[in-house]
Amino acid sequence: MAVGAEAIFGDSVITSTLESALSWARESSMWPYVFGTACCAIEFMSVASSKYDISRFGAEVVRFSPRQADLLIVAGTISYKQAPILKKIYDQMCEPKWVISAGACACSGGFYDNYTTLQGIDAIIPVDVYVAGCPPRPEAFLDALLAIQKIQADERLLDDRAKRVFKGRLDA
Amino acid sequence: MPKAFLERFEKELSIDAYGAYKLDASLILQALHVLYQNDGYTFLVDMTAIDYLHQPSSLRRFAIVYLLRDRLFSNLITLKIDVDESLAVDSIASLFKSANWAEREIWDQYGIHFKNHPNLKRILNHKEFIGHPLRKDYPITQGQLCHRSDDLMDEMTPRLKRKGIESHDALMFLNLGPAHPASHGTIRTFVALEAETIRCAISEIGYLHRGFEKSCENHAYNQIIPYTDRLNYCSAILNNIAFAHAVEGILGIELPDRAQFIRVIIGELSRMIDHLVCLAAILVDMGALTNYWYLYNPRESVYDLLSKLTGARLTNSYMRIGGMSHDLYEGFEEDLHVCLRAIDTGVGDTLKLIEHNRIFHDRTQNVGIISQEEAINRSLSGPNLRACGVAYDLRVNAPYYHYESFDFDIALGSVGDVYDRIMVRFEEIRQSKRIIEQAMKRLPQGAVCVADRSISLPPKHEVYGNIEGLMNQFKLVFEGVKVPPSESYRAIEGANGELGFFIVSDGSPKPYKVKVRPPCFYAMAAYPSIIEGGMIADAILSLGSLNIIAGELDR
Ligand code: SF4
Repeated sequence: MAVGAEAIFGDSVITSTLESALSWARESSMWPYVFGTACCAIEFMSVASSKYDISRFGAEVVRFSPRQADLLIVAGTISYKQAPILKKIYDQMCEPKWVISAGACACSGGFYDNYTTLQGIDAIIPVDVYVAGCPPRPEAFLDALLAIQKIQADERLLDDRAKRVFKGRLDA
Repeated sequence: MPKAFLERFEKELSIDAYGAYKLDASLILQALHVLYQNDGYTFLVDMTAIDYLHQPSSLRRFAIVYLLRDRLFSNLITLKIDVDESLAVDSIASLFKSANWAEREIWDQYGIHFKNHPNLKRILNHKEFIGHPLRKDYPITQGQLCHRSDDLMDEMTPRLKRKGIESHDALMFLNLGPAHPASHGTIRTFVALEAETIRCAISEIGYLHRGFEKSCENHAYNQIIPYTDRLNYCSAILNNIAFAHAVEGILGIELPDRAQFIRVIIGELSRMIDHLVCLAAILVDMGALTNYWYLYNPRESVYDLLSKLTGARLTNSYMRIGGMSHDLYEGFEEDLHVCLRAIDTGVGDTLKLIEHNRIFHDRTQNVGIISQEEAINRSLSGPNLRACGVAYDLRVNAPYYHYESFDFDIALGSVGDVYDRIMVRFEEIRQSKRIIEQAMKRLPQGAVCVADRSISLPPKHEVYGNIEGLMNQFKLVFEGVKVPPSESYRAIEGANGELGFFIVSDGSPKPYKVKVRPPCFYAMAAYPSIIEGGMIADAILSLGSLNIIAGELDR
């Protein structure tokens, strides 16, 4: 038997916590910042254009100011020279924020096991979802977006996310 | 023949085993002067260094190689000097502006000093980097963390001074990139603005330096093909072709006709889709978003074809040394026509919107001009050079794969502005279509790989059917293609210009050294001088029209 508001108003209202309502709203309006550096970024162009159409998932408002974005998509190789810039961009994004590491290079350095390539961005910033592929197919990008939505639905912002600690190689 | 050069240096010259003219290092600047003034060798193709540490027969550890073309672009000569213990040679940047960055790269990668260079500092590796990674004794996996980006003021202040600007009070300093939507990936340009006018600009590259050349040194030739995909990833297959072509040149093999024609067809298709991305992106930068969909969507249909043909959309790795991984599939021709039609429609729709569009004209015409002489001196090539009205196209000036037998035109501009660079690309898409159609008509039957079993894999029925085939497969997969000792350069017309590979081989299955001649590198070096004095909004269009692809630029 329903209690509270539902007992009075019947099916016309749903009660929930503020946090889950926020998450639900956020899920379908992610604003990504695409940190595209290389070949993977070209595949992201496909994700954004008509055929794969990321707007079906509410994430087509690509922002190029980190301050306006809540989803960082790192698509491409990150060199040691690029690493401090990636970190700066990440730091400039407001909480809550999520990170997708797209492609072999961002996840692990890919087949560039050499003097100049960072062997995975998770040495610098925290990552929520890793996407395999060199480059990942557009479907894989979309799948990652769905995975982020699932994370958002399942976790509690204030308890789980805000209290996370991360210390990377560039953190003093 | 460089007549004046040969006469003047008759006594000092020698020719090494691989056909390069060898000179004493102290004579290099003089020699290049004679070549430039008297013999018309005005185009510096590329320069690089070789570290002979692991080749004990060499007297000196380092050598520097200069590649030059004459006015007709069809004659190429190689000059080589040994570097003595002082590890310093004369800079040639006073003669060729393009040498400025090329010499910085050699300093960065090999630690060879150039005397009288205007600004000798690292270019690909970061400021905190210690050592010179392309030296043979630098371990390939020894990475070095970078904590801070270069503020570039060490370059900016003197450059402003040279322009007569002492005080910084009226200036606003701004970074365009490396994380900026209009910087196409990872390109950084640091500008000093007075209102919206750029007084001074400095470009910094290397943010996507991923050690291609060092990685080549510990991979077998065929294993390098996937790395080449990722140089200019907008036209991956053209990079495959350029690399395979260079290695095949050393091996001295001629591909079967069918293979050559397929390379032409797929290569031209790659050129078309490369131009499509460039044009789509620059129109977005201009605010003309609709055209992005018109131009990008045909690329999807080409992806469909390439996925069927090669299994991958973007990074195809279709070519092999001595041919390609397999023949075309059944139904290829129909799919190709679908692609060509889609591209036709996309290009037509776009042109309808922009061709007679006042805003488009105002934004692009007489903007970002580079003159013919300047462009040649700065070693620009491809559509960027042709936009200045210089008819240099390797498909015509030094034809390969029967290009001389195809009926097509070189698209030329007249002013060398953003407009010309855009329109030359539109026209090249049309011309590529003509070439493809002719090639499809003439496509012969036959093998797609050379028959030599020490170079290409045997057909599968032989591998499973007889012991010899099995042995061949096993040996080739385990050992790789062995390439005789050589030092040679060979190039094709890439989507962005002259795309060549200088390869040093030592008879083993891995190259001793590989140097790409990336057309973007020289275009990017010219960029600051193009945008200085212009408006900041125009700088964005100039960058887009040069089509800088970071993968190829930084390698
Ligand atoms: S993962 Fe592959 S496709 Fe993506 S940036 Fe790295 S090399 Fe390029």
